[in-house]
Amino acid sequence: MSDEYEHKLEAKSDYATEASSVSTPDIDAVPDAELPDQELYHSHSWWTTYVFSQDAKYIGIQYALTAVGTGLLGLVLSWLMRIQLAFPGLGWLDPAAYYQFVTMHGMIMVVYLLTALFLGGFGNLLIPLMCGARDMAFPYVNMLSYWAFVVAVLVLLASFFVPGGPTGAGWTLYPPQAITAGTPGYNGGIILMLISLILFVAGFTMGGLNYIITVLQLRARGMTLMRLPLTIWGIFTATVLAMFAFPALLVGCLMMTLDSLLGTSFFMPAMVSLGEKLTHEGGSPILFQHLFWFFGHPEVYIVALPAFGIVSDLLSVHSRKTIFGYRMMVWAIVGIGALSFFVWAHHMYVSGMNPWFGFFFATTTLIIAVPTAIKVYNWILTLWRGNIQLSLPMLFSLGFIVTFLNGGLTGLFLGNVTVDVPLSDTYFVVAHFHMVMGIAPILVIFGAIYHWYPLITGRFMNETLGKIHFWITFIGSYAIYFPMHYQGFVGVPRRYFEIYDSPYIDTSTLLLNKFITIAVLIVGAAQLLFLYNLITSARLGKKAEKNPWKANSLEWQTPQMPPEHGNWGKELPKVYRWPYDFSVPGAKEDYIPQNQPPSEIIGAKVEKT
Amino acid sequence: MSDSSLENLPKGWKSVPSDLGSDQTAFKGVQWGKAMMWIFLLSDTFIFSCFLISYMKGRASTVVDWPNTSQVFSLDFMGVPVPLLLIAIMTFVLITSSGTMALAVKFGYEKNKKMCGWFILATAIGGLIFVGMQAFEWSKLIHEGVRPWSNPFGAGQFGSYFFMITGFHGTHVSIGVIFLFIFARKVFRGDFDTGKRGFFTTMKSDYVSIEILGLYWHFVDLVWVFIFAFFYLW
Repeated sequence: MSDEYEHKLEAKSDYATEASSVSTPDIDAVPDAELPDQELYHSHSWWTTYVFSQDAKYIGIQYALTAVGTGLLGLVLSWLMRIQLAFPGLGWLDPAAYYQFVTMHGMIMVVYLLTALFLGGFGNLLIPLMCGARDMAFPYVNMLSYWAFVVAVLVLLASFFVPGGPTGAGWTLYPPQAITAGTPGYNGGIILMLISLILFVAGFTMGGLNYIITVLQLRARGMTLMRLPLTIWGIFTATVLAMFAFPALLVGCLMMTLDSLLGTSFFMPAMVSLGEKLTHEGGSPILFQHLFWFFGHPEVYIVALPAFGIVSDLLSVHSRKTIFGYRMMVWAIVGIGALSFFVWAHHMYVSGMNPWFGFFFATTTLIIAVPTAIKVYNWILTLWRGNIQLSLPMLFSLGFIVTFLNGGLTGLFLGNVTVDVPLSDTYFVVAHFHMVMGIAPILVIFGAIYHWYPLITGRFMNETLGKIHFWITFIGSYAIYFPMHYQGFVGVPRRYFEIYDSPYIDTSTLLLNKFITIAVLIVGAAQLLFLYNLITSARLGKKAEKNPWKANSLEWQTPQMPPEHGNWGKELPKVYRWPYDFSVPGAKEDYIPQNQPPSEIIGAKVEKT
Repeated sequence: MSDSSLENLPKGWKSVPSDLGSDQTAFKGVQWGKAMMWIFLLSDTFIFSCFLISYMKGRASTVVDWPNTSQVFSLDFMGVPVPLLLIAIMTFVLITSSGTMALAVKFGYEKNKKMCGWFILATAIGGLIFVGMQAFEWSKLIHEGVRPWSNPFGAGQFGSYFFMITGFHGTHVSIGVIFLFIFARKVFRGDFDTGKRGFFTTMKSDYVSIEILGLYWHFVDLVWVFIFAFFYLW
């Protein structure tokens, strides 16, 4: 560290001690500032304010809108696939188009919607505000991160317009078929997909460094790590996971690109294609599966951990009760994150690996159930005897708990090798992962949007429309995925573009397929209602006062709502406690914001944090 | 602080999270950019680990024998094939450049503009020599018929992994060299003394960024040691 930096620091902390010792009594003392105030970039034009913005709040909204826009495409693709499955007689899709839509739907939803929305969207919006910082540590790099994401999305979409169309290899992109003739998009679409993923990883790395450093080094005075809202713990741990998981994806993508373009044989064994022997020889397709799932399994938790964190905060605020077992929750998040790197091969039970290997991975997989169950119990105990407000965020959070529990329980089936083998590649798997990492996190996202919408726009979203949206989405999801569990049990394989009326397929399957498709169309339409609500409420919604949910965390305590550039006006907030002091005995209000000095709440029996 | 409050502090394992998390910053006095570089390098370590583990797996499962590396990588010196000659020189140059980089960081903190600048330049030239010799080695192998998809000495995967991993590492070195030249110019211009604002980021320059660049450079050297061991000594 340079001397000058040292010197500035010293001057600042002198000033801070003086101020606190003169003007406030001792109980309000917080540790001195360890850093000089952050220097901000100030935009001067429309372009640098709204387009190439370096303000984390704007970047967060940009990320969210881009992700949702891409997600809408994923939604439409799922409609088309379901229509094909229910009414194969209509001949909507040929097999190639069906595979392409499966692939694009999966990749868009997992990477370009959920990852980008949770980390890029909520991460950028909430990390600086909840930590009490003015902005991310590196605003310029943060801006680059968003634009790299935009380019990645554009490259992905471009693959719809190349000869052969997008890749149809499934979202797992397994070689050798991903780059072999016969698979749709085997020489055009797949390359764009791989390049798009590489760009996404590069962009995410820039953003992820920002999130990590901001959480570790830019917190407000008094904001210890164990006083952070669980939202931040979730996003932070997910970011750390992503920083260590995405490298495997990057390497896998790079190697497959070379296999396809240069004719190397990293993943390609000797094989005969269309009656001709290919020049490839001696590669290992299993290697790609290992690389992919070393990324792919942590990716599940990259999506789930922010959802865990956010839902903890929503439950606490909307039931006016302290989160149950805060420290346990933090350690569960960190523990799940660490364990998620040791379970990847449970996606490969049928790849022909050594049974002992499967035994190991089944064990680690089931161990993850322990911290996860702790979290579910703690959520329920948070609600126990709470003052539950059935507001929109609460409804969606309750929906999340039930859905996540459902998806988690089917995970116990699939985690055991012996049970998994007959179920693998059936609709049971489809139902499991859509419940646990599709519907559950999406419900949290909706709850979070209804919760933080006033922070962004200063207005509430329409409650009636929101309730209609919730009930259709919640009940509809069960109408879609419960029958799929049954279909899986009777042995309907996934990724078949047409289920024939054959002796091997139960007739009930054909009827259920029609039922599921109608549910899909209705649930999808309800999301358009949500979008309508999202757009019109920005102008017409009920005006929200400051801190409308009476929450404790810092993002609601900014001098202005919505917060301005630099978030905190002249002085940074000082933090005296954790964000979960609700309904404290002896306090005037049923909530005590993190930055309210102890001298103002004398007599309240707050917990020491 | 009185002794009794010291006794109340958590002990053993419990002290780790409270030491790390009880204050405003987790890493005391560490500039943000420096912490960022460390975490980036950790992530980059995972990239290179994935490459090298893939290489081990690929090498273990080829159907044709792996080429005899001491023969493939030997260099004719006065008519005698000397194994590992070129690579020894390359490694020596790169490791030496790590030393000059460390000196540049030292002189930077001493605000010795001239020495700092010259040592950065020396580091950059070391990096350039390394990349140059790597280009020579690549062209030599290509002349001998080694291609990414096949080679006359054995398994085709040899060329694939060799060109990919050394290419990825060489790209790291080249990016480092570019930044070293940019930083040498900044040092000689006195940007770090005057705190001139960055062209893109509009943030003030500080000598600490030389140390950050140094971290990257040492990392690239360290990775080379592993690549060297895995490709040339195995």
